[in-house]
Amino acid sequence: MAGRQMSGAEMVLAGLADNGVDTIFGYPGGAVLPIYDAMFQQNQIRHVLVRQEGGAVHAAEGYARSTGRVGCVLVTSGPGATNAVTGLLDAQMDSIPLVCITGQVPTHLIGNDAFQEADTTGITRPCTKHNYLVKDVNRLAETIHEAFHVARSGRPGPVLIDLPKDIQFATGTYRPPEDFTFSYRPAFEPELAAIEQAAALIAAAERPLFYTGGGVVNSGPQASAALTELVRLTGIPCTSTLMGLGAFPASDDLFLGMLGMHGTYEANLATHGCDLLVCVGARFDDRVTGKVSAFSPGSTKIHIDIDASSINKNVAVDLPIVGDAGRALEMLLAVWRERHYSVKAEPLAAWWRQIGEWRARDCLAYQHSDPVIKPQYALERLRHALKGRDDVYITTEVGQHQMWAAQFLPFEKPNHWMTSGGLGTMGYGLPAAIGVQMAHPDAVVIDVAGEASILMNIQELSTAVQYRLPVKVFIMNNKWMGMVKQWQELLHGGRHSESYTAALPDFVKLAVAFGGVGLRAETVDSLDAAIEAMLTTPGLVILDVVVDEKEMCFPMIPGGAAHNEIMLGPQDQKKSDPTAREEGMVLV
Amino acid sequence: MTPVEGIERHTLAVLVVNEPGVLARVIGLFSGRGYNIESLTVAEVDRDKGLSRITLVTSGTRMIIDQIKAQLSRLVPIHRVRDLTEEGPFVGRELALVKIVGEDGHRAELLRIAESFGARIVDSSESSFVFEVTESTEKVDQFLAMIRGLGRLEVARTGIVALSRGPESI
Repeated sequence: MAGRQMSGAEMVLAGLADNGVDTIFGYPGGAVLPIYDAMFQQNQIRHVLVRQEGGAVHAAEGYARSTGRVGCVLVTSGPGATNAVTGLLDAQMDSIPLVCITGQVPTHLIGNDAFQEADTTGITRPCTKHNYLVKDVNRLAETIHEAFHVARSGRPGPVLIDLPKDIQFATGTYRPPEDFTFSYRPAFEPELAAIEQAAALIAAAERPLFYTGGGVVNSGPQASAALTELVRLTGIPCTSTLMGLGAFPASDDLFLGMLGMHGTYEANLATHGCDLLVCVGARFDDRVTGKVSAFSPGSTKIHIDIDASSINKNVAVDLPIVGDAGRALEMLLAVWRERHYSVKAEPLAAWWRQIGEWRARDCLAYQHSDPVIKPQYALERLRHALKGRDDVYITTEVGQHQMWAAQFLPFEKPNHWMTSGGLGTMGYGLPAAIGVQMAHPDAVVIDVAGEASILMNIQELSTAVQYRLPVKVFIMNNKWMGMVKQWQELLHGGRHSESYTAALPDFVKLAVAFGGVGLRAETVDSLDAAIEAMLTTPGLVILDVVVDEKEMCFPMIPGGAAHNEIMLGPQDQKKSDPTAREEGMVLV
Repeated sequence: MTPVEGIERHTLAVLVVNEPGVLARVIGLFSGRGYNIESLTVAEVDRDKGLSRITLVTSGTRMIIDQIKAQLSRLVPIHRVRDLTEEGPFVGRELALVKIVGEDGHRAELLRIAESFGARIVDSSESSFVFEVTESTEKVDQFLAMIRGLGRLEVARTGIVALSRGPESI
C-alpha cells in the first residue's frame, strides 16, 4: 500500500490512532507545539491536560493498568522530559506498557545546550524498556509502531520516542502498522516439557503453594481465570505479591493474603514451610523474600516468568519456565487434566490444618479505639461500604496506608488495583486514579492516600476537576510520614527525624479551593456517614480521615529477617530486637 | 590477577544493530547493575544488515554470568548473545601497539624477543621502536613482561576479539 504524505506531527497522531490510542495524557511546551497544533485539528484522540508531567505518566499508568492497553504520554523537551522520568521508572519497575513521546530541540541544535534541551534518550535509557531519537521523518511511522510493539510484547514496559521539533514540521511518508515487521520477538510459548515436569512436581508435593504476581495481571484476564481454575481444581493454597492482588479472588478460602514484608502471617509461614513453591509472574523481589538465604528454605521452586532475566536473579530456582504466565497456566491445566493428575490428598489436608493454625493467629487484628479512628478500622468501614459493588478501582500512594489497603481491601478481580510496587513512588495514586477514571468514567475510583503522599502530586486535583472526574481521595491522615516514622521507631531508636509535617493544609478547604468537595471524619461515630457522603457526592471528593498517629503497620518482617521471624505487633519487638541486626539496618 | 573462588571469566560475542546509543545501552547495563567489564571491543561487521559485533570479557559467579547474558538478550537492539567460553573452544586475539624508548645496547635483544613473539616493527627511530603484536591476551602480557626492563614503554591495546573454533558460526 502506498503511504500517505503528512507532517511528522500528523504522523504522531495517525500512529497513535492506528495503535488503538483514544486518550493521551500530556502537557504542552515549545518543542511539542506542532503536535499540539495537529491535535487541535482532529477528533480521534482525547488529550488530558495534567498539571505536571509526572502526573501525566502516572495517569497513563493507571489507564494502562486498568484497561490492559498501552498508556500514552506527550510532554515537551527538557523539564517536560525530566519530570516524566520518575513515572517512566515506575512503569519500568512494575512492567506497565507505556509509550511516551517527548519533544526535542531541532536536530541542528542538539548538543548545543539549547533552551529546554536535555539528553532525553541518555537520561531515560535506564528507566525505559527502550527509547528512540528520531532524526528522519520517514522513519517516524515505523518507530511509533515499533514502540507500541515493544511496549506491549514480552514483559511490558515504557518506551520513549524523542522527537525533534524540525522532524515534527517535516513532511514524509506515513505507513500503517501492518506494513512493518519487527525483529523484537520475545519468547511467549513456554516449553511443554517443562510444563509437564511442573505438573508432576505439583502432583508429588505434600505442602505446595502458589505464589503469584503482577505477571498474571499483565498477561490478561484469561491468565487470572486460568490461575483461579487451577488453584480451585487442585485445592492448593495461593498467596500473591502486592502487584498481583486481584488475579485470584481474595475472598476465596484458598487465598492466604499477600506475602512479604507486610504480608499475612499465614502467607509468610506457608512460604517458609512449603515443599513446593510455584511462582507465577513474580520476581522474588526483596520485599517478598526478606533474608534471601533463609527464603523458603525447604522448597523445590518452579518459576514461570516471561522475562528470562528474572530467573535466578535473586533466588535460585529448580524449574525455570520462560513464557507468558497465562499461556503457562493454561498448558498446566491441560496437562493436569490429560494426565489425570491429582494432589496428594492426605498431606495436603495436613498442610491446610497447619495453615489453619497460622490463620487462627488472626494476624491483621488490631486494637480498636473509640473515638480515635484506627487506620485499619477506616479501611474496614470503607470495605464495608463498597460491599457488593464490582465497579470499584483502588489506587494508592506509598507508605503505611498502601500496605493497610493491600491487607484490608477486597481484591476480587484483576486490573482493579493500581499501586506503585517496585519503585514505591509517593504521589502515584491521585494521577493514577485520574487515568483510571478516564478509562472507566462510571466506575468508583478511590485513591487511598496518606496526607504526606497526596501532597506530592496534589496539583492533579485541578486536572480531575477540569475533566469532571469523580475521583474519591480517601486520606488517612496521621500527620506523619507513617512508614518513615515506623522504621525510625523500630530501627532508629525512636528518633523521629523530619518525619512530621508540622504545617499540613486543611484538606477540606483544599478540595474546595480546587473546585471539589471536602469532607472530614475525626471520630469513629462519624466515619460511616462520611464514607457514605464521599461515595454519593458527585464529582471530586476528598475525605480527610483523621486517624491514630501512633498506629504501626503489622505484620512486619524486619529488613534482613526471615519469614518465620515475622512480627505480629509492637509487643513482638522485644523478642526480636531488629536494631540488633546490622545486616537489617542497611536494607531499605 | 588472582582468581577468586567461584568467579569465572567469560568471553561473550554480542551481535547488535549498529544504531546510535547501542553501546551506551550495553555499557549502561553493566555499570547500572554493577557487573564487570574486563575488555570490550566493537565494530561494524555487516554493513548490509547494519550489524555490529561486540566482544566482551566479563567476570562473575555463575549466577551473575547467566544474569548478564539474560539482561543483554532482552535489550531490544541486541540480536544475539553467545557465550564463547561456555560453548566450546574459541580463538581470542588482541592487538597491541608497543612503543619502547631506550638505550642502544638493548636493540638486539629487543629484536630477538619481538621475533619470537611474532611482533612486527611498524615504526623505528634511533632511540625507539613501535611493535605490533597480535596474540592472545596472555601472550601479549608475556611479551610486555619480557621487554619491560629494556626501555620506557607506551602501550595501546585493543582488547579481545574472538570467534568460536570449527564450522559453527553465530
